[in-house]
Amino acid sequence: MKIKLTVNKKIHEVQIDPGEMLLDVLRRLGYKSVRRSCDSASCGNCTVLLEGKPILSCITFAASVDNCSIETVEGLSEKEELHPIQEAILEAGGSQCGYCISGLTLTIKSFLAENPDPDDKEIKKALVGNLCRCTGYESQIKAVRLAAEKLRDEKR
Amino acid sequence: MSERKEFNYVNKNEIKVDGSAILKGKPVYTDDFDFPDALHVVLVRSTYPHARIKSLDKQKALKVPGVVEILTYEDVPQKIFTKAGQGFPEPSPYDSFILSRKVRYVGDPVAIVAAETIDAAKIAASKVNVEYEKLEPVLDFKKATMDGAPVIHDEEGTKDIHDPSRNIASHYEMEVGNTDEVMGKCDYVVEKTYHINTQLHAMMEPHVSISYYDTNGRLVVITSTQVPFHVRRILSMIFDIPIRKIRVIKPRIGGGFGGKQAVHVEPYVTAVTLKTGRPARMIFERPEVSMATNIRHEMEFKAAVGASKDGTIKALSLDGLSNTGAYGEHALTVFMVAGSKTLPLYNKVEAVRFRGDVVYTNLPPAGAYRGYGAPQGLFALDCVIDELAQELGVDPLELKRNNSIKEGETSPIFKIMGEGTEGVEQIVRSCKLDECVEKGKKIINWDEKINRKEKPGKKVKGVGCALAMQGSGIAKVDMGAASVKVNEDGSVNLHLGATDLGTGSDTIMAQIVAETLDIPVKKVIVYSSDTDMTPFDVGAYASSTTYVSGNAVKKAAEKLKNRIKEKAAHYLNTDVDNIEVKNQHVLNKENGEKISFSDLFTKLFYTFEQEQLMASASYVGNESPPPYLATFAEVEIDLETGKIDVLKIVSVADCGTPINPIQAKGQLEGATMQGLGWALYEDVKYDGRGRMLTNDFFTYKIPSRMDYVSMECHLVDSYEPSGPFGAKSIAEIGIDTPIPAIANAIYNATGIRLREAPFSSEKLLMEILRKEI
Repeated sequence: MKIKLTVNKKIHEVQIDPGEMLLDVLRRLGYKSVRRSCDSASCGNCTVLLEGKPILSCITFAASVDNCSIETVEGLSEKEELHPIQEAILEAGGSQCGYCISGLTLTIKSFLAENPDPDDKEIKKALVGNLCRCTGYESQIKAVRLAAEKLRDEKR
Repeated sequence: MSERKEFNYVNKNEIKVDGSAILKGKPVYTDDFDFPDALHVVLVRSTYPHARIKSLDKQKALKVPGVVEILTYEDVPQKIFTKAGQGFPEPSPYDSFILSRKVRYVGDPVAIVAAETIDAAKIAASKVNVEYEKLEPVLDFKKATMDGAPVIHDEEGTKDIHDPSRNIASHYEMEVGNTDEVMGKCDYVVEKTYHINTQLHAMMEPHVSISYYDTNGRLVVITSTQVPFHVRRILSMIFDIPIRKIRVIKPRIGGGFGGKQAVHVEPYVTAVTLKTGRPARMIFERPEVSMATNIRHEMEFKAAVGASKDGTIKALSLDGLSNTGAYGEHALTVFMVAGSKTLPLYNKVEAVRFRGDVVYTNLPPAGAYRGYGAPQGLFALDCVIDELAQELGVDPLELKRNNSIKEGETSPIFKIMGEGTEGVEQIVRSCKLDECVEKGKKIINWDEKINRKEKPGKKVKGVGCALAMQGSGIAKVDMGAASVKVNEDGSVNLHLGATDLGTGSDTIMAQIVAETLDIPVKKVIVYSSDTDMTPFDVGAYASSTTYVSGNAVKKAAEKLKNRIKEKAAHYLNTDVDNIEVKNQHVLNKENGEKISFSDLFTKLFYTFEQEQLMASASYVGNESPPPYLATFAEVEIDLETGKIDVLKIVSVADCGTPINPIQAKGQLEGATMQGLGWALYEDVKYDGRGRMLTNDFFTYKIPSRMDYVSMECHLVDSYEPSGPFGAKSIAEIGIDTPIPAIANAIYNATGIRLREAPFSSEKLLMEILRKEI
């Protein structure tokens, strides 16, 4: 079957198997930032934004998002510039191996859009579905605080 | 050697050199590389823990559309080897085949299926018909050596198995003085048994490899590995391909923690490429990562400590048993580290003993895992000393601190125990354990809390501490090499074998070059871990990279600096002694004349004494300076449910100069969290047939953001004279302490001593109920 996907504002008409997952389709289209880890909706590494909200692409049928708009990390930064969230993660040491970072970045983006000035508890709760085995989370919590600051400054 | 402690680029939080690409989601990991005509590889795995393959029928599977090749033990070389990626000759027994006619755990590879699509490969794999002759399995490691126990490795041609007929992969024993005699004379002796379960690495990126022939017919393997050079050597050996015809490339890798220090994927894709001539790729599914790679060695120790009335520890003994599972990857060395990286901490003893067996079982093979035996050994050692403190009626922290090793001291164990071999004599040149203790103590408010009297209630609180040491590489075994060359814009290429598995090693190596040559970090272009393009390095393990590879990088950069000074002296018409390198320039100190790196290097390319300035260096440690750590935990226990909340965990480490403090702290934080998960709920369980039940993130819980209340990690000021700019290791040590610190805190809160880790709430509740009765 054929579906229409808008990924990072670019329209793709793509032939898929009815049972194919969004994760596989996005990676096939070249959006390699979408990472495969648990493949069973338990780690958050494959998170993408569907109409601005985080979803797990490993358990989302591609067919179910026909005509929808998807955002991946490839759409976040223009050319050389990093998005403030990405800058914050690097500055706070929130990325070690980096495999969880794409999913985390998008979850943070959606979270901060709703809650631009969160406290640590809210941060932990909002990101609980994004597992990371490297950092011990502390630096990532700092990164979210820093990102929130950067985004608020940008708005000013 | 420079004793300088003020730095321009070292001890600075430089942004990771690979950070931008990773953050932008670029195709940097193995699975991101597209090969349009690649075959997808899936393994057929054993469903029995112990069985002989009677027959294998692949006819039905071969009929699945898209299937290209199915390989069984009859189709691959039957060369015995170890999957462990270690220095050669490896201290691990040779007891593995690519595919064997006997399977030894649920998950053992039986056949390799290659197909045009992943779905076809999976369907075909399910249609390979295997008939087994079932054998009785060994599922309890304490029964592995019993008379009449089934023999797991009865095959011909194994090498260096200690006693295959009794399922003993390795055995080790050492003693300093006469432990029994000294214990006999002690005022206090505490002897207890501690058991610690296995743990899963649970790195986010599954094991993944791609193999193909390049245009010159050489085999290229892109792989998520910690040990690219060992991978090349092992592939060459098992497939009988000359080293010169193999290239192994490690791109960015998504975590390892020791789990990628063995060849779990590479032989299987290689077998397909060799057979078909086509590129082949395989990424493990999460259950395969959990149950069919390596796990941590489950261990049990009978630990004894003897002391005099005044609190001097006189004798220590660790009597152990280690479970290596179906194969002996890292069997001997992990077991030795349980003693060699723990016992020297208490060096005032008159006698000390360490001994035990590493046994085979029909469970997943154990292997390297962050800490490498030290956490298992330390759980027993630290807790038995903590129990001694209760007997003596003294503060456990003071007892541990008073008896621990100090700067300028040594331990005979350094010389006796290496990894698989003898160790090396060494004097501890840097040890700021006291500072770690002082800092941590203040943060947790130890003095007040250790003597806190709890009011009766539903919830009680308690504190516990643990002290630890580790090493920095394997002395006289681990070698790292690096080369550097200059470019016209004043930039420098750094090529090194060292393997960055997310640890940030590429970044700190760039910082070491930047510091040595006084150029900005962005002017150092790092390329690492490619067997064709970079010099040798044993790889990322044994806490070696910062110290061993870092020293190689520093040496290479210093050599290059000397070459730059020589050429600049010619150019500026002066003696080399008058030359100073500063801020990307070379300066004649006598008259202030100077030339920039970029001008000098450009002239050297085209017009002046034409030469490509470059240098290389290798480094092997003559010693392995231990980092030190003090960890404090405060727990709150719900007496009605047994629920254990870690209110605060504080780890303070001495890692020498942190080359990049944020990254170094990140290692400590990550290791602490991994230790916390292992202490409380990372519990591997099997069914009655040896099949791992906890093989995904639903059944095997690694810590999430909600699973701890507060964590604080700090580094104290320290300088290791033999390290690059004063640095020692930091990657492993953090995982050694959370288990004993939490066990001790639970005791402090409840008076209940848990000697079996992990400490689930159920386990604690049962003990609480037993105590009440």
